[in-house]
Amino acid sequence: MVRLDLKNLAKSFKATKILDDVSLSVEAGEIVAVLGPSGTGKTVLLRIVAGVEDPDGGNVIIDGEDMTDVAPDRRGVGMAFQNFALFPHLTTFDNIASPLSARRIPQDQVVQRVKSIAHMLKIDHVLGHAPRELSNGQKQRTALARALVAAPKVLLLDDPLRNVDAKLRYEMRLELPRLLRTFDAAVIYVTQDYKEAMALGDHIAVLRGGRIEQWAPPSTVYREPASIDVARLFGDPTINLLPCRLDRDGNGVSVKLLGRNVALSPAYTHAAGRELIAGLRPEHITVDDASVRDAIPFALEAVMPVNVRSVLYLRGPAGEELLATVGETEAARFGRGHRQVWGALVPSEILFFDAGSGRRVAPQAD
Amino acid sequence: MERMSRFERALRGVLIALVLVFFLFPIFWILLMSLQTNDQILRIPPSLLFEPTLTNYAALLTGRLETAAGNLDIAFMRNLGNSLLLSICAVLLSLALGVPAAYAFARFKFRLGENIAFTLLSFRFAPPLLVLLPLSLYFKQLGLTDTYVGLVWVYQLICLPLILWIVRGYFEDISPDIEHAYRIAGHSWWQSFRRIAIPLAKPGIAAAGLLAFIFAWNNFVFALILASADKQPVTVGALAFVTASGIQYGQIAAAIVLSVTPTLALALYAQRYLVEGLSLGAVKG
Repeated sequence: MVRLDLKNLAKSFKATKILDDVSLSVEAGEIVAVLGPSGTGKTVLLRIVAGVEDPDGGNVIIDGEDMTDVAPDRRGVGMAFQNFALFPHLTTFDNIASPLSARRIPQDQVVQRVKSIAHMLKIDHVLGHAPRELSNGQKQRTALARALVAAPKVLLLDDPLRNVDAKLRYEMRLELPRLLRTFDAAVIYVTQDYKEAMALGDHIAVLRGGRIEQWAPPSTVYREPASIDVARLFGDPTINLLPCRLDRDGNGVSVKLLGRNVALSPAYTHAAGRELIAGLRPEHITVDDASVRDAIPFALEAVMPVNVRSVLYLRGPAGEELLATVGETEAARFGRGHRQVWGALVPSEILFFDAGSGRRVAPQAD
Repeated sequence: MERMSRFERALRGVLIALVLVFFLFPIFWILLMSLQTNDQILRIPPSLLFEPTLTNYAALLTGRLETAAGNLDIAFMRNLGNSLLLSICAVLLSLALGVPAAYAFARFKFRLGENIAFTLLSFRFAPPLLVLLPLSLYFKQLGLTDTYVGLVWVYQLICLPLILWIVRGYFEDISPDIEHAYRIAGHSWWQSFRRIAIPLAKPGIAAAGLLAFIFAWNNFVFALILASADKQPVTVGALAFVTASGIQYGQIAAAIVLSVTPTLALALYAQRYLVEGLSLGAVKG
């Protein structure tokens, strides 16, 4: 069932268009991660849904009811702000209890519900403290508890893990989906971190320039990004981009990349002759210190270990800079770099984008 | 803070002492005067050595002054009461009007908003004497001359702009998200104003209220023109000591001491609060 339906939302501040025809629907129990670089109107979108900002155009529909002109206190929405926005003069308990007291719930039930959510979020020992006595992690959990405690129909989370330390962020990334499932809310989760979006979202909406550039499940956004910009946002290290041209080659098509002809699936026949940009994910370049057939010679400039994988900085035959990743054990063979290595591409994993528009050129099945 | 040499510390002490003497000497002298009889005060040369007397205070408190020229009724205690009544009422009314207005100016953008706010501030620019003549004419027509209501009203010229502008800065410093969070939690606009905005701006409201009280208390010219003896505050009431038979310096001094005491005590008590409050509202973090 569609719980939250946003239709053609538009918003400008002075002459700047922040949101331009944004439509989005979220089902009950579903988490939609809204991802985009800063300044693309993610927070404005949440504020419009919450009712603290009025859209210039479009509608906010909750459970089939048009809420566009309804005051924020009558929408039944929960929201956790990026800056927490705790009430500084109230204790943690009263902060969390505020949505319940607004709903005129009897005091004994309020106590019970606040305690239960505080226990779930592991802040039950600081319920008597003022917000200024809390650590950032505790503040963030308090803000989250306040948003969740009244079991809102729609839950808006504005980059709630932005201001907490790395360890807690990692824990919360694991905990949050489980916690959110226990509430049957339609969740919009705003973030700038693609890993967070992929870990938490059932769907990801990529917001760029005030529009939704792609709306898809996390794996699709990663494997079949709608455009170069989306491909760049997802993946660390970022995708390698090389200008190229697809040519007809006998029955199929091939592309000349890094001085080698790479045969492609015939599904790309339709794009033959076009100027394109090839996107190579770093993990789809296999690197070896011995030459194999058709391998591309690279100068290995540097090796940077990142957790269990290492990032290799490669220079191609014509000076192209590329990033590749290899496992920790393989990386040991490359020392600190400065040597000749050999690489191979995985042709089926190469992505193509239109050089002009940046839109993805997808293979077409006959 | 930088370490100061011995000489610098000494210089600092001397300079501070000089400033204090300059500003506090008149008050000190008045305190001495209030403990002397008129004859002792008018003695030439003046002397620091005298036998202190409390007759001035006694005269003020009992309201009767017995002099060689005869008996004089003094309405000083009534004036003191008037001062309290007028200042408190004026500040309360200003708070009731100014705090919501300050909130509106801080939170909402509306047509001519800045102009209205500035116009209110400009009441503080105009010398009171400039508006007194038209004001006294209007007050006559409206029947407000010599009424507490009229005085409290005209005191708004002093208190309202002060409270409006100080408290506005405070409201602007509160993150709107805090109020948004309260609204989203399900509270009405009024509840969020009362339970979030007001408590968070409380230091500023208190500071502005105190300051407005002191300004109202010190006002002289409005009450002089617009009120008669039984409605006048101490600032004007002190004139009564200038009598046909001479100026009662001792009583004037005692009256000043008594009338300064409440505001001085208030200011000393709230000093830290006041300075902190005023600068907090003014400086954006």
